[in-house]
Amino acid sequence: MKNESMTTSPVITKKSSSTVERVNWPATTVLVLCAVTVLLPLYVTVSMAFKTQGQAVDGNAFSFPAPFSLDGFFQAWTLTNFPVGAAMSLLVTAGTVLATIILAAFASYAIVRNWERRLFRYSFFYLLGAMFIPFPVVALPQIQLTGRLGLDNPFGVILLATMFQLSFSVLLFTAFLRSIPMELEESARIDGASTWQTFWKLIFPLLAPMSATVGIFAFLYAWNDFMMPSLIISDPAMQTLPVRQNLFQTQFSNNYHVSFASYLMAMAPAIVAYLFTQRWVMAGVTQGAVKG
Amino acid sequence: MSSISTPTTSGQSRETRNREIKHRQMQSPPSRQRKRRVEPIFYFFLVPSLILFTLAITVPGVIGIFFSFTDSIGIGDWEFIGLTNYIAIFSDPAILQSYLFTFGFSIVTVIAVNVVAFLLAVGLTSRIRMKSALRTIFVIPMVVSGIIIAYVFNFLFSNSLPSLGAAAGIPWLESSLLANPDFAWIAIVMVTAWQAVPGALLIYIAGLVAVPGDVYEAAEIDGASKFQQLVKITLPLVAGYVVINIILGFKGFLNAYDIIVGLTNGGPGTSTRSIAMTVISGFNGGDYAYQMANATIFFVVAILISLLQLSLTRGRNAL
Repeated sequence: MKNESMTTSPVITKKSSSTVERVNWPATTVLVLCAVTVLLPLYVTVSMAFKTQGQAVDGNAFSFPAPFSLDGFFQAWTLTNFPVGAAMSLLVTAGTVLATIILAAFASYAIVRNWERRLFRYSFFYLLGAMFIPFPVVALPQIQLTGRLGLDNPFGVILLATMFQLSFSVLLFTAFLRSIPMELEESARIDGASTWQTFWKLIFPLLAPMSATVGIFAFLYAWNDFMMPSLIISDPAMQTLPVRQNLFQTQFSNNYHVSFASYLMAMAPAIVAYLFTQRWVMAGVTQGAVKG
Repeated sequence: MSSISTPTTSGQSRETRNREIKHRQMQSPPSRQRKRRVEPIFYFFLVPSLILFTLAITVPGVIGIFFSFTDSIGIGDWEFIGLTNYIAIFSDPAILQSYLFTFGFSIVTVIAVNVVAFLLAVGLTSRIRMKSALRTIFVIPMVVSGIIIAYVFNFLFSNSLPSLGAAAGIPWLESSLLANPDFAWIAIVMVTAWQAVPGALLIYIAGLVAVPGDVYEAAEIDGASKFQQLVKITLPLVAGYVVINIILGFKGFLNAYDIIVGLTNGGPGTSTRSIAMTVISGFNGGDYAYQMANATIFFVVAILISLLQLSLTRGRNAL
């Protein structure tokens, strides 16, 4: 029926399809040019990283590397002690992502299922409070406390980063949990599942798209942040990759191919992770804005 | 077929559900709600977050406010000195300058980000080619480490642009923007905006996609130009998103730290020192209590802006 009606009214289909397919070329051109400016600093980073030392200091940052050289990467690898830095960044990032997802999902489930209880209701607003507290406000006492408690290391950063991520994550999880019908859970209960089993077998899998969003934001924050690790981690040997890059601001400042190779190795994982998880990154921004 | 069978089943289930609801309501009068005990496991789910949150954020916050009324230097003996720190702050040129710089920088950046993001969003939701590829590219700056991209821009501003300027014979390009105390902030605005545009862009795209297309068709029939449509239809319809973007952006920019450290480190002199940077200086400078008072004032400012946000976004059902 529907197909027939579409074909029997060619005037309408023709009109709408022609308006849909008319490409706005001026806008496309302008946007492509804008995209080039966005990519320019990233292009410079990549091309500088593959240059030889001689070409890196010739003053033309926009030239193509000729010849290709991996020298910058080899030197950066040892200068910044890349394996250790990457391990620390990985530790902080993995810890923050896991802790944020688990703690936020646990707390959100408890809050939503016991909303009529004052303790749980107030806890929700309490945990949301961190959205109003920027890190610089509490940074000084946190530096002192983590120092006294022996947490002036990546574990302290995991703890603090997780707590600052908690508000946004609880907000997303609770909004999603409220939309899950109780009947679904009740049927699991009838089958004899405990709350613990219900959470892991039913609720947590249902939360997967939200966990992806929460996880990728925790990942981007923990992997890219400079301020918190630079202030909390006291032993330079345990610093994360972004903090290690300040090496090139004081020493080796003319070995541009080395510094850019080092920047590239520190930035690339976040960009690659983004390219594979764009959907959740984009969803998270709009959900976070609308709900926050 | 299906339309005949559904009423009976759904009617049945509705009836049972109604009975259930009634049953529940009778069991639990509205005032003292269900006496049912909370399953212990729910405390296990919630309490770790509460304890860690209290230890990591609430306790440091309270400690900080407490010490802002003392003369502590971070270690050793201290005494209560009342509001002395707070009074001193209001006549401290370094702190006033950091507030002036941070607010000025934030206002300019918010305007720049929103203008650029809105125009890009309009472009990205129009009939263009390579839509998803372009969107992917425009979001990349958001996922790049702020300090590292600031180092990259630092190189561009202090090496590449001057050598381009020298080659082209443009005198004002020959010296680094970052070395100029009057204009270094422009570089900070540019890099911050470069990184902040994607977030605002995605929010605007969400807003623009929600605008029904027939509104524009009607406007076109009435003879409205593209520009008139943009100003008279699109802008009012996404006004809520503009408010959200301005406040979210402003809140973020007030905390500026990483990008400034990577570009100017507060210089030249102290011309680009942000509030966050002055607060953190209390860690090494020996004026711990003093900077805690500064942080407390900053906290009050952050709260005021958040309250403004709540009052502006509440009641906007469109969001």
